[in-house]
Amino acid sequence: MTTVSMTVNGKQISGEVEDRTLLSTFLRENQGLTGTHIGCDTSQCGACLVHMDGKAVKSCSMLAVQATGSAVTTIEGVSQNGQLHIMQKAFKENHGLQCGFCTPGMIMSAIDMIDRLGTDLDEKTIRHELEGNICRCTGYHNIVKAIKAAADEMAEVLEAAE
Amino acid sequence: MTAEGIGARVLRKEDKRFITGNGRYTDDMTMQRMGHAAFVRSTHAHARIKSINTDDAMKMPGVDAVLNGHQLVADGIGNIICGWMIHSKDGSPMNMGAYRALESETVRYVGQAIAVVVADTQQQARDAAEAVVVEYEDLPAVVDSLDALKDGAPQLHPEAAGNLIYDWEIGEEAPTDEAFANAAHITRMDIDNNRLVPNPMEPRSALAHFDPSEEHYTLYTTSQNPHVARLVLSAFYNVAPENKLRVVAPDVGGGFGSKIFIYPEEIACLWATKRVGRPVKWTSDRTEAFLTDAHGRDHHSTAELALDANNKITGFRVKTVANLGAYMSLFSSSVPTYLYATLLSGQYNIPNIYANVKAVYTNTTPVDAYRGAGRPEATYVVERMMETAAKEVGMAPAEFRRINFVREFPHQTPVIMAYDAGDYEASLDAAMKAIDYDGFAQRRTQSEAAGKLRGIGMSCYIEACGIAPSQAVGSLGAGVGLWESAEVRVNAVGTIEVLTGSHSHGQGHETTFAQLVSDRLGLPTESISIVHGDTDKVQMGMGTYGSRSGAVGMSAIAKALDKVEAKAKKIAAHLMEASEGDIEIENGELKVTGTDKKLTFTEVSLAAYTAHNLPEGMEPGLKEGAFYDPTNFTFPAGCYICEVEVDPDTGVVSIENFVAADDFGTIINPMIVEGQVHGGLVQGIGQAMLENTQYDEDGQLLTASYMDYTMPRADDVPSFTLETTVTECPGNPLGMKGCGEAGAIGSPPAVINAVTDALGIRDMNMPASPNRVWQLIQDNGMKQAAE
Repeated sequence: MTTVSMTVNGKQISGEVEDRTLLSTFLRENQGLTGTHIGCDTSQCGACLVHMDGKAVKSCSMLAVQATGSAVTTIEGVSQNGQLHIMQKAFKENHGLQCGFCTPGMIMSAIDMIDRLGTDLDEKTIRHELEGNICRCTGYHNIVKAIKAAADEMAEVLEAAE
Repeated sequence: MTAEGIGARVLRKEDKRFITGNGRYTDDMTMQRMGHAAFVRSTHAHARIKSINTDDAMKMPGVDAVLNGHQLVADGIGNIICGWMIHSKDGSPMNMGAYRALESETVRYVGQAIAVVVADTQQQARDAAEAVVVEYEDLPAVVDSLDALKDGAPQLHPEAAGNLIYDWEIGEEAPTDEAFANAAHITRMDIDNNRLVPNPMEPRSALAHFDPSEEHYTLYTTSQNPHVARLVLSAFYNVAPENKLRVVAPDVGGGFGSKIFIYPEEIACLWATKRVGRPVKWTSDRTEAFLTDAHGRDHHSTAELALDANNKITGFRVKTVANLGAYMSLFSSSVPTYLYATLLSGQYNIPNIYANVKAVYTNTTPVDAYRGAGRPEATYVVERMMETAAKEVGMAPAEFRRINFVREFPHQTPVIMAYDAGDYEASLDAAMKAIDYDGFAQRRTQSEAAGKLRGIGMSCYIEACGIAPSQAVGSLGAGVGLWESAEVRVNAVGTIEVLTGSHSHGQGHETTFAQLVSDRLGLPTESISIVHGDTDKVQMGMGTYGSRSGAVGMSAIAKALDKVEAKAKKIAAHLMEASEGDIEIENGELKVTGTDKKLTFTEVSLAAYTAHNLPEGMEPGLKEGAFYDPTNFTFPAGCYICEVEVDPDTGVVSIENFVAADDFGTIINPMIVEGQVHGGLVQGIGQAMLENTQYDEDGQLLTASYMDYTMPRADDVPSFTLETTVTECPGNPLGMKGCGEAGAIGSPPAVINAVTDALGIRDMNMPASPNRVWQLIQDNGMKQAAE
């Protein structure tokens, strides 16, 4: 067993894990953060996507010990002070989810996409960037629409702030 | 209607928990002292089990028990059933091989469960499962259904000679043969429908708990129909009587049919929890899902269409061999029969139809209902034939369809179905307009100038939803009734709970069902809660599949609302000293027509519960239930048109435009209906362009992960143009037809008709992968033609 310590959603936490414990398992079982989902075993589906030190990672593809000392954000940490993130709102407003299982990974991926590429996103770019997230319900149509809508709204917010 | 009533684009009530990570799926749950299960699975497609050695596994850390099929049988757990009896054309009942939740004698597909390990952690359980040593004696395997029917093929079950489950027919053979004898033109095609894996994103999971003080079991599970699960687990698998078994399907991450069935793992977890004396949870990994979730489709068909001199269809003859895998799953027998061949008339007036279906055992994963279930296979045969026949007789595909459309309703087909309403030309016209069909020739010229091949293809689908009525499906062999139940509970302060036997696993019932209540009573949807998925809360229900929850589930709610309204009006009339016939309900108020007298719904419901002043003889309370059994299927229909461009250098097909024009009857929430269509389209396009389940000749599944099975991703598919036409369904009180499966049913032939049009060829199999398309281009010398 190994002790791992990290910041999760702004809180300093630590836990005892077997060396082989995946970050996704640590988040779900040790921390009870079940919003991070496991949809495959080959790092293809993206349901487990979280942010580590500001970058998107598939939490099923790394060990919990590898996250030692990092700052991890999961879907549970995206809302601030009870306010939904613009991306969360956009998924609801554009019916970008059905069964909800891929949704946390999709939202984390979409936020990362805008962090990396900015808010000027066209449909082709959004579709290409979603290559690592699989959804079986929506046919992606409304997910793409939601991300575009969120990007546009975030651009307005940024512009207003300047 | 209210702002949130029927027809309004109400945002979903369920979304908040999902976008914040607060959804509650089965694997999210945990219980004190919970053990984890892992299954020992067959690594062979066909083998006799010589021995199962658990000694090493039992010594491993954290291991509590390793249980096998001998113990399961000794404890009286019943064999897995198929709930729909099909009789062969000679009148004999279908030949069903024994299917045990844990097999201890002969395994018949890779992944079949042999034993279950319970340990403290999931990893310990999986490690121990790997340490169980199973000694096999290999037997020859067969994976393709046509091979399985050949003389000398490996035999799977002693009960099914020649691997034949049934040899079934529908329609009249002699008059159909006569139509062919007199035909002016006959189109003949061999048509395969590729095997698919449903792949809901949430893997299956089961958490079973036995409470010794009450001798009561609880099963949390990924189910589309928890009540059917309880019924079958109780009545056939002898796990526990119904009153000692609660089945809960909490948030379920997609189903698409694959979560209708009761699988070996759920049975084993329920059985094991009592034996080991602790809660037991099992969650599938993705490769287990590929190996053990019921697969879909897998047909080989030969179809023949007879035309007269005016190009009117005079006869349709289809022979299909359906691969049902190694065992019969819960509804597998009905899929290639009553859910398939009854739709072979399509949208067309066809006087003579005859179909013969042979269902066959092979050493592959069991096959059962997957989104559309039989209807995609029928539509694919019909619409590939229509497009090909049109081209063979030199007619435009749309015109050939038009002259053969059913135009008068009701219309009795030769294959059981009585179409009640539709306007097929309206959806064809809407789709052709939306895609600018007339401009296609010009777009093709532009593509050719850029060295690309362009094609257009259409599909005019019809499907049958809300399978019913119970008496009729019972006479066709169904083991269950196909009604739905509802209970409307008005609370004393006027908020409402609706209990439904339907189950939502992505469809948004918590929103659409509340919209119906809002529409009727004029209350905001936030004061209306939908309760579903728990056999302790909802007494009985038939669940969600076959696009039935709107047409059947909501009709049951509408019936219960009729009773609630009637009682509320009686109370209001009594309180306001008016005639009951003068009371109308509007905007959450009960008003006396033509006066300013009114009571709020809350005042009336409070009066029902205080019971201080009720009409004489009336019972207190305001709570009404209803069971609704439909009088007929519903018949959604529409027209899909796909336009593709093919790169002849790479064989890559890109969908340039896809239009779907659907007639779903009354629509409760267009936003949700559009979402259902989008998702269905991508599953159908996935089948047509990307997905394929491949076994090697020994029965090893080659496509058992997302590295190998091509799931559609965002950059594989376009955004869609949707059109709506409406003919109301006369068969239910809301006029609804159902929308959940149409996209997956109508789209595959539209795609393949477009690809074959682009390539200038007649025949090709799905999926239109770059490899296959490139090979077809080489074989047909088309690269030069394009240049």
